[in-house]
Amino acid sequence: MSPAHSVDLAFWYILGISLVLLLGITAVMVIFVVRYRRSRHPVPGDIRDNLALELVWTVIPTLIALSMFYMGWKSYISLRTVPEDAMQVEVTAQMFSWIFTYENGRESENELVVPLGRAVKLNVSSVDVVHSLYIPAFRIKIDAVRGMTTYAWFQADEQGEYDIQCTEYCGTGHSAMTARLRIVPEQEYLAWLEAEE
Amino acid sequence: MTAAQSYLEQSSPPGRTGWKAWLLTHDHKRLGLMYLWAILFWFVLAVILGLLMRTELMGMGRTIMGPEAYNSMFTLHGVIMIFLFGIPAIPSIFGNFFLPIQLGADDVFFPRLNLLSWYLFMFGGGFAVFSLFSGDGFPDTGWTFYVPFSISSAGNVSLTVTAAFILGMSSMLTGLNFVTTFHRMRDKAMGPMQIPLFTWSLYATAWVQILATPVIAITFVLVVLERFLSIGLFEPDKGGDPLLYQHLFWMYSHPAVYIIILPAMGVISEIIPAFSRKSIFGYKAIVYSSLAIAIAGSLVWAHHMYSSGMSDVSVFVFSLLTFLVAVPSAVKVFSWVSTMYKGSIAMSPPFFLSLCFIYLFTVGGLTGLVLGAAGTDIHVHDTHFVVAHFHFVMLGGTGFAFFAALHYWWPKMFGVMYRNRPAYVGAVAAAVGFVFHFVPMLILGMQGMPRRYYDYLPQYETGNFLAGFGAYLLVFGLLLMLLNLVFSLRNPRTAPANPWGGTTLEWSIPSPPPVENFTDSPNIKDFPYDFSEIVSNSNK
Repeated sequence: MSPAHSVDLAFWYILGISLVLLLGITAVMVIFVVRYRRSRHPVPGDIRDNLALELVWTVIPTLIALSMFYMGWKSYISLRTVPEDAMQVEVTAQMFSWIFTYENGRESENELVVPLGRAVKLNVSSVDVVHSLYIPAFRIKIDAVRGMTTYAWFQADEQGEYDIQCTEYCGTGHSAMTARLRIVPEQEYLAWLEAEE
Repeated sequence: MTAAQSYLEQSSPPGRTGWKAWLLTHDHKRLGLMYLWAILFWFVLAVILGLLMRTELMGMGRTIMGPEAYNSMFTLHGVIMIFLFGIPAIPSIFGNFFLPIQLGADDVFFPRLNLLSWYLFMFGGGFAVFSLFSGDGFPDTGWTFYVPFSISSAGNVSLTVTAAFILGMSSMLTGLNFVTTFHRMRDKAMGPMQIPLFTWSLYATAWVQILATPVIAITFVLVVLERFLSIGLFEPDKGGDPLLYQHLFWMYSHPAVYIIILPAMGVISEIIPAFSRKSIFGYKAIVYSSLAIAIAGSLVWAHHMYSSGMSDVSVFVFSLLTFLVAVPSAVKVFSWVSTMYKGSIAMSPPFFLSLCFIYLFTVGGLTGLVLGAAGTDIHVHDTHFVVAHFHFVMLGGTGFAFFAALHYWWPKMFGVMYRNRPAYVGAVAAAVGFVFHFVPMLILGMQGMPRRYYDYLPQYETGNFLAGFGAYLLVFGLLLMLLNLVFSLRNPRTAPANPWGGTTLEWSIPSPPPVENFTDSPNIKDFPYDFSEIVSNSNK
């Protein structure tokens, strides 16, 4: 399972349970408000607590929460575990653009081109303030911080064009700090890699 | 009692008249009102800023303002809503007014310090305004002031963080007053398990205010030192670490979230039993969950930093702790709903707003689970999903609880009743507008639209356009409720002492209360939510 799928599975798991809980709580609340309205139920009961019930609704949510934590953690690990054969691209963030540098020295501004079928590791840094590299289609995001190198990776398994955005607020041009990811066939990639900038 | 004995007529200390009776007052109730007007001013201002931002985002490209203005506006909106509304609103207004009364006390432990807190609050707010119109331009860093941007920004960051520093002092002193009042001024007959839940929640909050605020104060001092002296603590070129700043910032600012939400939970824990005419369900569980939230909530700050480049081990620890802090909040929601079971429920504006709170806060809490889980957070971190999530908690939660508190205690504070119909219309408009404003933002975030974006990619235009309409409806509802309350002040002061059938001590004294709260010594109940007397009186 690709990391993006693993993340999506965690999304469905958490959002699904959340939706059931939300609808359940809301329905019970509305039913109580209607059924026990004063005109219909003038004399209230006097129930102050119920230990068994309170234990149940403490223990079960704890177990649900821990299962959600596990789903989230498992998908996070897949985002962090880079295949050994991944190609590497150096990413440098600056106000307000992205520079991608390839192993052969090819530099490209605001355009990341990778070959279809490869795992791609992005080594990310910044020359000025904190930025954050975000490729929504692959569910990856990592901050670009001056003085340190962070990484993210994705499996380029579908040909096409994808958006790259900056998600750490970096000033006036923040929202314009976007780039394109192009996943192209191997041949086209090699030609692009050797082309003049 | 005659009306002339009310705190609105008589000054404390006695004999002061005119403006001195207000600006030099020691009366916790007058100070509560003074906070009320100041905080409402800031709230309305920040709401209008928010509406302007959403109007800008309704269309791609420039709609009504440029990126510089937009960036300054979201900074201001955040700074005001956090430091001048969210943190002080419920403790400083309703806490000041009702905490001493609920404890059977005649004032807070340090009345003069309480007055000083108010002046620090006003001074800090004034300083924030001053920082806008002096120096090299509006601060444009966002309320998070992340380094190195906040160090290199030309905006007037130093004065703005100084304002936040002063406001932090005010918040700490209020917390100190609540803790001391809780322990030293409480009626001798009132044991720990006889204290109303609103006061308990303020007590838990007060400890967080006292212990966490110094961290942000020190951090802001370091930012100012960095700007003027370049000491290099956060500067990578000099061996410093930008992540250190983020840790220090969230070490306060995540607990600040609990400073904002805990008192709101306390308000709901008062209102649900009063209108259900039935004891709160699981009183002790609510007390302990407040304390658990205050303690555990102080240990989850780095869940704001999963994608910051910190170690995977930290991500593991903070994600796990975050899920554990979700449990006490869930316990509270279950307790509120169970309180209504077999109650005798009277609908009223404060109760209706509390129901809205439970729904919206639950959405806020559940969307928080997506953000607490490591893998899913990576995708939606710093997107519109986060913005929507925390507005569900902060506005849908604390904001609606604030309005519920206004409608619940207004008759007690001013001795007047308000009209119900505009209150209901306003509350429905605000709740519906809220959902239609923030649900599109949840979806936009899942689709990948980042936050703090002046402009966006074409695929996000429909969602942003639709969200704008919800925003207008929301603001209409909020302002209608406020205007309805303000206009009610022209009504005669005929509110009864106990209009709703509440059981806590504030309902045993006249509306508005006399200067030192209790003319006879307070009658402390064995259990603060014992409705047997109210029920038997109403059936006579």
